[in-house]
Amino acid sequence: MPFIANTDEQRRQMLAAIGVADVEELFADIPPELRCGPLDVEPGLGEQEVRAKLAALAEHNATGLVGFLGGGFYDHFIPAALDAIVSRSEFYTAYTPYQPEISQGTLQAIYEYQSAICRLTDMEVANASLYDGGTAVYEAIMMALRITGRSKVVVDETVSPIYRKMVRSYTSNLGIALVETAPSNGLPDRSAIAEHVGDDTAAVIVQNPNFFGCIDDVTDLAELVHERGGLLIASCYPISLGLLKTPGRMGADIVVGEGQSLGMPLSFGGPYLGFMATRRKYVRKMPGRIAGRTVDSQGREGFVLTLQAREQHIRRAKATSNICTNQGLCALRALVYMSLLGKGGLVELARICAAKADYLQKRLLAVGGVTMRFPRRWYFNEFVVNLPITADKVIRGLFNRSLAAGFPLGRYFPEMGNCLLVAVTEKRTKEEMDFLAHTLEVIL
Amino acid sequence: MKLIFEKSVPGRRAVRNAGAGGEADANVPLPGSLLRSRPAELPELSELDVVRHFTALSRRNFGIDSGFYPLGSCTMKYNPKATEAVAACPGFADLHPLIPQLPGGEMMVQGALAVLKEMDRLLSEICGMAAFTMQPLAGAHGELTGAMIIAAYHERRGNEKTTILIPDSAHGTNPASAAIAGYDVKSVASDADGVMDLAALRAATDDGVAGMMLTCPNTLGLFNSRIRQIADLIHSVDGLMYYDGANLNPLLGRCRPGDMGFDIVHLNLHKTFATPHGGGGPGAGPVGVVERLVDFLPTSIVRERGDGSYYLDYDRPRSIGYVAPFYGNFAIVLRAYAYILMLGREGLLRVSDNAVLNANYVLAKLRGHYELPYDRICMHECVFSASRQAERSVRALNVAKALIDRGIHPMTVYFPLTVPEAMMIEPTETESMETLDAFIAAMIEIARQAREAPEEVTACPKTTPVAQLDETLAARKPDLASLAETEA
Repeated sequence: MPFIANTDEQRRQMLAAIGVADVEELFADIPPELRCGPLDVEPGLGEQEVRAKLAALAEHNATGLVGFLGGGFYDHFIPAALDAIVSRSEFYTAYTPYQPEISQGTLQAIYEYQSAICRLTDMEVANASLYDGGTAVYEAIMMALRITGRSKVVVDETVSPIYRKMVRSYTSNLGIALVETAPSNGLPDRSAIAEHVGDDTAAVIVQNPNFFGCIDDVTDLAELVHERGGLLIASCYPISLGLLKTPGRMGADIVVGEGQSLGMPLSFGGPYLGFMATRRKYVRKMPGRIAGRTVDSQGREGFVLTLQAREQHIRRAKATSNICTNQGLCALRALVYMSLLGKGGLVELARICAAKADYLQKRLLAVGGVTMRFPRRWYFNEFVVNLPITADKVIRGLFNRSLAAGFPLGRYFPEMGNCLLVAVTEKRTKEEMDFLAHTLEVIL
Repeated sequence: MKLIFEKSVPGRRAVRNAGAGGEADANVPLPGSLLRSRPAELPELSELDVVRHFTALSRRNFGIDSGFYPLGSCTMKYNPKATEAVAACPGFADLHPLIPQLPGGEMMVQGALAVLKEMDRLLSEICGMAAFTMQPLAGAHGELTGAMIIAAYHERRGNEKTTILIPDSAHGTNPASAAIAGYDVKSVASDADGVMDLAALRAATDDGVAGMMLTCPNTLGLFNSRIRQIADLIHSVDGLMYYDGANLNPLLGRCRPGDMGFDIVHLNLHKTFATPHGGGGPGAGPVGVVERLVDFLPTSIVRERGDGSYYLDYDRPRSIGYVAPFYGNFAIVLRAYAYILMLGREGLLRVSDNAVLNANYVLAKLRGHYELPYDRICMHECVFSASRQAERSVRALNVAKALIDRGIHPMTVYFPLTVPEAMMIEPTETESMETLDAFIAAMIEIARQAREAPEEVTACPKTTPVAQLDETLAARKPDLASLAETEA
C-alpha cells in the first residue's frame, strides 16, 4: 500500500479500540445521498511507471532551446550546493514555524534572508517573502493605501505588463483609481507622472531595470511623490543590484521584486518568490510574515515570528493581508544563493551579465536593419531592438534553429510589433550569442 | 548560533562565475551615476562554510521526516520522494514560462500543458466541479481568487451584494480573504454539536449575502450532515457556496464538494496532495468551479484542440483576469500530479479511510485523559481541550512544549477559537499505529504529570537549543534585520 503504514491486523485492532466493527461506521455523518460512486480516476501506478510517464511528458517540452527570453524571469546558473542544502528534509518537510524552539533553522534563515534583502536593496526592514513579484506589487499598493489613507495610484507603463494585468484584476472591485502613464523613449515620463500625482495619490510605481531593460535613476521621482505626500514603490531585479544604484539610495519607500533569479529554476512559472522591503517606520503596515531576533528565558539569542498583530490569524477580517505563510523554501533558496555568491560574487555576476548584453547588442546592431528601439538609454542585461520585419516572424524562424530569440513585444504593446526584447545571462556563451546574430542575419 | 554574516571573512569566495576574469567581465559600459556606490554586504564564505552553516540550521528544525507532526488542519502527511525527482526533471525545471506566449511556442510546451490539463480533469473529478484553474499560488490565494469570482458573478447578474457569511470556527484566512475582495464579513455561530447553527444561519441570510465560505468537515473535524440544507438556503438568495479545501483529506473518493452543493472549491495541494510545506511555502491553491462559473475563472486556461494538442486560452472576456503571472506554481502542481498518479482511484480511498481511522483511534485512546468538548466520531482530526490541566496551570501551550521534549511535533493549539485551550490533532493517513501509540503514551504521561507534578510540564521544553522565547520583547523592540554597519 503506497504511503499507508497500517496493516490489516493493525486496522482491526484500531477499529476494536474505537468500538466500531467497520471503518464505514466512521463515515456515518455523511448522508448516503452525498456519497459519490467510484471516481473516474485511473488505477494507481508504481513509482517507476509514474516517473517514466512524466519523463516522457517532459520530453514533449522543448528543452534544447537556447534562450534569450527574459521579461522578468531569467535563466541563471544554480550551483549544486544550493540544491544539496535545500533538499535537507528538515527544511522542506517542515511547516510554518509555529513552535519556535524546534524551528530555529527556518526562523534564523528567514531573519538572514530579510537581512540579505535589506543589504541588497539598501532598505531597513523586509518581510519573510510573498508569492511572487506581481502579487508583491499588488501588496505594496495596498500597503501604500493603508499608510497614506489615499485611493489613487500611478503605475508607469514600463512596469511589467503582466504585473499591471495582475494589479488590475486585484483592484477592480476596490474603488481604487489606477492611472497608467505612458513612457518617453523607454523611461518613465516625468512630466506625465507629475501631472497625475496629487494630494490624492498614495503611490507611484516604477520598475528598474524596467520591462524594456532600460535603467533609470528615479531619485527625482521619489522627491516628486514625497513632496505631494505619497510613496514611491520600486520593483527591481535582484541580480542587477550587484551593480546598479539601489532603490533605497534613490529614496524608494517600498521595494519589491521577483526573486526567481536568486536560485529558483524557471519551472514554467513557479514557484517563485516575491520580496518586499521598506522603511522601519512602515513595518507595522507591511503584509506577510516577519521573523525577529529576541532572547529566551536564559538570555540566549533566538528567533520568532513577530508583529503578528497585523496578520489574519489574529486580526481576521481586519488583517493587513490574507497571506497565511511566506514562500519559505524559495526564500531559503534565495538566501543560500546570495550566500554562495557572496559580496564579490554578486558584483562579478552582475558585471558579466551587463558585459555580455553589451557584446550581444553590438553583434545584433551589426546585422542590417536592426536598430535600438530606445536610443541613448542604458541597459543592464536586457534590451529592445527594432527589426525590419515582425518579431513574430523572427521568433518562428529562429525556433527552427533551436533559438528562443527573445520576447516579441507586440503581444503586450500593439505598436511594437517589430520589437524584440532580448535578455542575456551568464549562461549564454559567446558562441551562442554569435550564433543568434549570425542566424538573424541569415533570415532577415 | 552565529548569523551567516558574522562568519564572513573578507576576500573569501565560494562560487566562481562562468566567464569571470575574461574580457566580458572587464567591459561594463554603464556610467557611474547609475551604479551602486558600494557592494551589498553579503557574506564572504567558502562553499564548505555555507554548507556547514545551513546544515547546522537544518539540525535546529523539525520536519515530517524528523518525526510525528500532528499539526491540526495542516495535513502534515508524508511527502513522497518520487515527486521531488519528477519536479527536478530538466524538461520541466528549465522551462521558461513565456515560451507558450511566443508564436508557435505552445507546441514547445505540450508536456507541461498536458500536466495542467490532466490536473484540471483529475481535480474536477475528485471535487465534482466543472473546471479548475491552477493559477492560485497558495490556499489563501485560492480563497481570494474565489472571492473575486463571487464578486464577478454578482456583478454579471446585477446583484447588489455586500456580505460573506463565515462560521465562527473558520480559519482566519477566510474572513481576511473576503474582506480583501471588498466584502463585509458576518460570523455565524456553531450549535451545541459543534457545527453551524441553522437558526443562526437563517437569521443571517438575506438578499445582501453574496456567499458563504465553509470548511467541511469543519475545524473541529466534524462533518455537517445538514450541509445540503445550508447550501439550499444560500442558493435561495442567489449566494454562492465556497468550499475551503483545507479539510478535504477525509473525503477523498467518498464525497465531493460539488455533490454537497458547493459552487467554488480551493484545494491546498500541500495538504491533501502531499506536496512539501517547505517551512511555510511554496504551496498551491487550485480553484475549481461549477459549470455556470467557468467563464469567470482566471486567464489563461488550458484547452484541448480536436487534434489532441493543448493551447492556452486568453480570450475570456468575463474572466477575473490574471491572479498569477503565469500558470500557477507549476512545479508544485506537477508533484501533486505525480502523487495522484501513484495513488490512483483505490489509493485515494485508502487516504480518506486511514486518515479517519487514525484520528478516531487517537480520539478513542485519549478520551478520559483530556476534556473532549465534542465527543462523537470525527473525521480527519479531533479537538481536545487542556481545560482540566489548565486548572493545575498546565495550559495547551505547555502540553505542546512537553511533546517537543518527547520528540513529537505539537498539535495545533488555541484553534479553533470556539474551544478554550484547544488542542487540534490531525494524524494523517501516512502514520502507523505504532507511531500513534507512542504519541498517545506521551499524551497520557503528560496528563499524569500535569496532575502529579505540573511544574515538570511547565518547565518544558528542556531539550531544545533555545527555551521559550520572549515574544513580547520581539514585538516591542523589533530586531528584524542585521544591517551592514555602514548602513545601520
